[in-house]
Formats: sequence, C-alpha cells, structure tokens
Amino acid sequence: MKPAPFAYHRPASLDHAVRLLAELAPQDGRVLAGGQSLVPMMAFRLARPAHLIDITTVAALDELAVRNGKLCIGARVRHADFHRPAAEGPLGVLLSSVVRHIAHYPIRSRGTFCGSLAHADPAAEWCAVAATLDAELVAVSTGGERIIAARDFFRGAMETALGPEELLGEARLPLLSNDTCFGFAEFSRRAGDYALAMALAVLHLEDGVIAAPRIGIGGVEAAPRRVAVAEEILQGEVPSPEVFQAAAAAAAAAIEPLEDPQTDAQYRRELTHAMVYRALMRACPPRGTQR
Amino acid sequence: MSGPVDVTLSINGRDYPLRLEPRRILLDAIREECGLTGTHMGCEHGVCGACTVLLDGQPVRACLIFAVQAQGATIRTIEGLATGDALHPMQRAFIAHHGVQCGFCTPGFLMLAVGVLEHEPDISDDELREVLSSNLCRCTGYQNIVAAVRAAIAELRGGTV
Repeated sequence: MKPAPFAYHRPASLDHAVRLLAELAPQDGRVLAGGQSLVPMMAFRLARPAHLIDITTVAALDELAVRNGKLCIGARVRHADFHRPAAEGPLGVLLSSVVRHIAHYPIRSRGTFCGSLAHADPAAEWCAVAATLDAELVAVSTGGERIIAARDFFRGAMETALGPEELLGEARLPLLSNDTCFGFAEFSRRAGDYALAMALAVLHLEDGVIAAPRIGIGGVEAAPRRVAVAEEILQGEVPSPEVFQAAAAAAAAAIEPLEDPQTDAQYRRELTHAMVYRALMRACPPRGTQR
Repeated sequence: MSGPVDVTLSINGRDYPLRLEPRRILLDAIREECGLTGTHMGCEHGVCGACTVLLDGQPVRACLIFAVQAQGATIRTIEGLATGDALHPMQRAFIAHHGVQCGFCTPGFLMLAVGVLEHEPDISDDELREVLSSNLCRCTGYQNIVAAVRAAIAELRGGTV
C-alpha cells in the first residue's frame, strides 16, 4: 500500500524545525524521524499527515553524551547506537541489552530512541526504560524548552504530553551507580515482534538487602510505568525467589491489562508475573540459584 | 506543495537524477524509476525484509524510507554485489549451501548479511541468528541460510577473497 500524498520539509536547524512545526502543526504537520513506525502507519493509511518535517536533517540532534550525571540522547540518535554501551557503567550495559529486543537489525539502524518515546507505542522497550528510570524528556517549541518527567509524559497508547507544536528534542537518562543490578525480560510470540509483556528491574544491595528498587512494566497497560506496590515489597528484603515471587504477584495484581483478540487480560496478567519474576532473577540471582 | 521534487539517488556508484512525489518510497524509486528490479517488494510495511538495501553501509528496509530522504546517501543494492562476472563470496556461499530455493527473499538476505558483516565482522553465532531473524524466508527453513552466511564469514575471515 502506498502512503497518501504529503509535502516534505527539510529543516536546516532545530530552530527552523520548530518554526516549521509551529506553522504546519495546525495543517496536520508531523515530525518525521527514523520513520520505522510512522511510515508503516502511513502505508496502511492509518496516518495521513499533510506535511512531514524531517528532523533527521538536523545535525544538532546527534548528541549522545553524558552531561551532569545524565546520558543525553538527541532526537537523531538511532537504536543501533546502543548496540555497544553508550555510557560508562550499568546504564550503558542495560541499554545495550534492551536494544536487542527492539524489532530487527535493519529497523534499529534507522529508528530513533526519541522517536520511539514520542510515538509511545505501549509495547515500546525504550518507553518502558524511560518510565522505569524516570527519564527527563525535553520538549522543544518556538516558545523554548520544557522538561517533562517520564511519569507525566506517557498518557496512554500513542499519547504523550507533547503538544502538537512541540517536538521531543532530547531524552535524558540518569546514570546508574556501579553497584546497580538490573534485569530485563520480555515475551513476544516471535523474535522482534511486538512484546506482549516486558519488565525491567533495577536495584542495588545495601548490607545484603534490596535498596531503592525500581520495577517498570511495558506492553501490558496503555502506557509504561513503575509499579509502586511491587517496589514496596522488595525494599529492605534479602533477595530470594520467594520475595521476587511476591513482588511479581503484586505487580500482576496491580495492572489493568490491555486486551486484544489473541491476548486476554488474564494471560497478560500471568505474563506480567512471569516477566517481573524473570527480570528480578536476572537482576539479582539469589544465592544458590543460576543466573 | 506535495507535488514532485528533484532527488538524485546514488546507487551502486551511479547517480540517478529523478523527479518524484515525496510519498514515493525508496523501494519504488529503485525498482520503477531506476529500473533496478533485483530489490524485491514483499510486504511493503517493514516486516518481511525482501527490500533490504544498504544505505550508507547500513542494512535498511527500502519500503520504510521515502526516496527524498535518501538524497546524498550512498545506496547499494543486489545489482552492486558482484564484481563483473565474479559473484560476491556471500552469493557463492548461498549457492554452495543451498540457501536459495524460490529466490524471492534472497536479495534481501544477501544485503542484510553483507551489511551486518561489514559492521560486525566478529559477530557471534547467537547474534547472527538474531540478525537473520530480521527477514522472512518461506522455503528454506533458514538452516541453509545460516550455514551459507557462516561459510561466507569463514571465507571472509580467512582472507581468501
């Protein structure tokens, strides 16, 4: 199927891009980054933007660097840029292990980190990472910049706090201290397919007990989020399969699962339980168990 | 504003000056405007990988890029793989290991494998299988494709090319 006609705009700078967006957003103008979600939607005519503003021509959006303890990811940074650790310490390793779950290699060489967040598919791995780590999202418009916390950014399936005249210029992820443990687990029916459930566990141990745990889920509700009830169960406990099972059960009970013809709510609940448990076991294999 | 625009595509070392609508996907421009029909059209929405080409050396789905976006990029298609009559080692390996049956997916698999190996020559077996899961083949059952790519890797590493 062929996309509907549109006008193509190639801004020379970020300033130019936001001016074009301010002018064209009321005329159904949209930002085009890697295009790996938008172009298929256009092929199916689920999206028919009248104008596309191609921000992959803006070299200033290339930044992938650590500033003030945060990894700053510009809007032109591709998924494939995370195949090798993009930052020192656990954060770089975390991102490089999660990126392998995103679609397939040729999609990853084109799609962008920020594009994935702005698209906000419920099953997007980067959205789950951003929610779990409390990323800061930098919205840019002709009015300047505003920083949106991840918990306020994801509003629902393909719905974010970005205004029509705002583009996501940068995402900032806090670096993780060297003693941070993490585990990621995802279930999809085929390699590279949309995930039915995923979980990211991030924690560290202080004197043998779990401190500052983060449990994030994706693909199971309309938007990714941290699950506070699961985190509360883990806080201060000695890691054990029993504690991890209790946290996973609490997460599964706390969600309002998405449903589709192949996947009912109960199945997604059970998958959520399994993914949270696996993520915790990978993050912090209790003594006497295999990683 | 959505009328035709001028674009020059650089494919296999040759420039193709074109005038086309912005909505024209790179795949259609390669096949229909440039006449290079070795790149195949399968699903047209990024799932099957039959249209994989190299864009600035990276394997990409030509159905998920507008031709206007490829202005200034270096594109390589299946027609650019052989040198004269001498097939690329990956092509020879696909023949030797029976990685081809109907052949519809073959150009996409070849460009995928060549592109990935140029970036990751030391790719592990697990990573290779993950990469090859990018594209669909309905004939071979994949095992012979994996065997062919492994054989080509061994040949390329051995420096016998």
